[in-house]
Amino acid sequence: MSEVTMAQALNEALRNSLRDDESVLVLGEDIGKLGGVFRITENLQEEFGPTRVFDTPLAESGIMGFSLGLALRGYRPVAEIQFDGFIYPSFNQVVSHVAKHRFRSRGRAPVPLVVRVPFAGGIGAAEHHSESPEAYFAHTAGLKVVVPATPLDAFDLLTQAIRDPDPVFFFEPKSRYWSKEDSELGADSLAMGNARVVKQGDACTLIAYGAMVPRCLETATAASEDGVEVEVIDLRSLVPFDLETCAKSVEKTGRAVVVHEAPLTAGFGAEVAASLAESAFLHLEAPILRVTGYDIPYPPAKVEEHYVPSVDRILGAIDRVLSF
Amino acid sequence: MTDGFEDAVRLLDPSGRLDEKAAEALDLKEDDLLELFRLMLMTRRADLESTALQRQGELAVYPPLIGQEAAQVGSAYALEPGDFAFPSYRELGAALVKGVDLVDYLHFYRGTWHGGTYDPLETRFGMVAVPIASQILHAVGYAYGSKLDGSRDVSMAYFGDGATSQGDFHEGCNFAAVFGAPVVFFCQNNQWAISVPVSKQTVAPIYRKAEAYGFPGIRVDGNDVLATYLVTRQAVQRARTEQVPTLIEAVTYRLGPHSTADDAGRYQPKEQVEQWRELDPLDRYRKFLTERGLLTEEVKKGFDEDANKLAAHIRSGIVGAPPPDPGDLFEWVFSEKTKRLEAQEKELLEEAGDQ
Ligand SMILES: Cc1ncc(C[n+]2csc(CCOP(=O)(O)OP(=O)(O)O)c2C)c(N)n1
Ligand SMILES: [Mg+2]
Repeated sequence: MSEVTMAQALNEALRNSLRDDESVLVLGEDIGKLGGVFRITENLQEEFGPTRVFDTPLAESGIMGFSLGLALRGYRPVAEIQFDGFIYPSFNQVVSHVAKHRFRSRGRAPVPLVVRVPFAGGIGAAEHHSESPEAYFAHTAGLKVVVPATPLDAFDLLTQAIRDPDPVFFFEPKSRYWSKEDSELGADSLAMGNARVVKQGDACTLIAYGAMVPRCLETATAASEDGVEVEVIDLRSLVPFDLETCAKSVEKTGRAVVVHEAPLTAGFGAEVAASLAESAFLHLEAPILRVTGYDIPYPPAKVEEHYVPSVDRILGAIDRVLSF
Repeated sequence: MTDGFEDAVRLLDPSGRLDEKAAEALDLKEDDLLELFRLMLMTRRADLESTALQRQGELAVYPPLIGQEAAQVGSAYALEPGDFAFPSYRELGAALVKGVDLVDYLHFYRGTWHGGTYDPLETRFGMVAVPIASQILHAVGYAYGSKLDGSRDVSMAYFGDGATSQGDFHEGCNFAAVFGAPVVFFCQNNQWAISVPVSKQTVAPIYRKAEAYGFPGIRVDGNDVLATYLVTRQAVQRARTEQVPTLIEAVTYRLGPHSTADDAGRYQPKEQVEQWRELDPLDRYRKFLTERGLLTEEVKKGFDEDANKLAAHIRSGIVGAPPPDPGDLFEWVFSEKTKRLEAQEKELLEEAGDQ
């Protein structure tokens, strides 16, 4: 066992995938020599050569449509979008083609590809570098949407995403890139599409993904000091959404709080809350609450701490569901 | 040629006279010369039949290609079976040449299935792409994949004059140049993007945009099937052997409405339509073949029969064709149905069963 960061885990997953499958190609902006602005593709071009790991012109729609063409030809492109806020130029290719290709061709021409997106805030970045656009993609039929929260999961999920026969949008919580875990990569892999209970409790269920998972664990520790044991679920995958794991927990706790950084309105939390209300209504002791970013543009770095759900805000929501 | 397009490559003038010197490079056997005509005739016939089927309510909508037969047949005829064509939505003629069953193609327009019901990988003919210019990038990615495979396959991207205003056109050309992708960009400049004339899309001649990306651009008389074939064959060859893309601007004209839902009388000047009707690609080529003594009565009769058969095939395949099974709607969203999709399918099928 050794310490590994999420960045290293992702790098290792890419390396293994490139080694195990000749058809895997890694492409994007500055991912070659530089190794990506977050160094996730570090040394890969050197190891696998500029044919399999290559920089593209600076054009996201181009990256997306070009990757689709490569997938049609039998390749497994793993494209990096440099930052969350720069995925929008590719949106038409994603929604009109990538998501629909298998459907439109009646299963004959699927386009397995992975799009890696460093996302969300909390790192003091400039405008357009801290956004959480996952709901747009979760809302689009035909895309899988995956978000790791830990180095180990980052490794497992990316490895699985690259092998998956469907297009996978892989959102990497960039504030967690440097988080460390003492673990052996690939040791205890849980299939993509399953949520994981990361802390047991019986007072209330916290449901989160990405960087909000450790934030919820922090909150759980604080609550525990007051004698309140909350359960924490790491969704890991928004599509498919593991309602069973969430519902089972809520049947036990009777209370749920969903936490994400993306804005409230039409965020993925709304989906979680509505689904739980439909499937576990009789077990609920309180309304399901959401602690999320506000319905405002992602704020400037100097005030972002007010936007990203904090331990205090989550504790506040726990108080409210407990005292309902 | 009409005003402003004098720089287009042309082998046949509108009276059907061949520029023998320019045609030296053509090197086509008599069979090929006739086959080009047969395919144009079949295209014209299938196109008219499709419009008729829409009028009868058998297709939801249809975008006629009448006037563009030479551009489509001439270009697609330059492709080998392994080459992949990525169409927009008006390429019924190219589909025919690529061997796509037009019934399967027209199921897109009947509203049976998005993407039609043919196999795009087997036919090497992409699914209809309506979002303008989006298919261009697929052609480039596919072509680059062919190159990585070390194969000889070339991609061809079909698009219109309006498409050259889209970012995906520019990104596609640029990616192709940077990666040396074996692809041909085939623009049918039919003078209109619905109601907007090409002069409102771009000021520079379309073919000259190639220079900005660093590969050849060429303008061809798109109503001259021989010139179109020759220019495309050379571009395909360049892509295949040198991995150099080419932008071809085929100057042609949309003699029909944008689609069966359009009223072109509101914007297309009558005199312009008349002027281009004089340049009908079939008439021109028919004159040439007749002059050469190739289009004998017997040959003509055989071709007419083929066209009739194709029309009958389309009609019998489309008229009254059943809708797909509603359960199909959940089948190919993902490789495996999610639990959610299973539940939703059950709900739909129960409701459908109740009706
Ligand atoms: C992205 C996008 N915007 C608008 C439309 C609506 N639309 C369909 S066809 C068309 C005109 C396209 O003109 P052109 O590229 O010249 O092709 P043509 O129809 O002449 O074959 C428009 C505006 C569309 N399909 N896609
Ligand atoms: Mg046009």
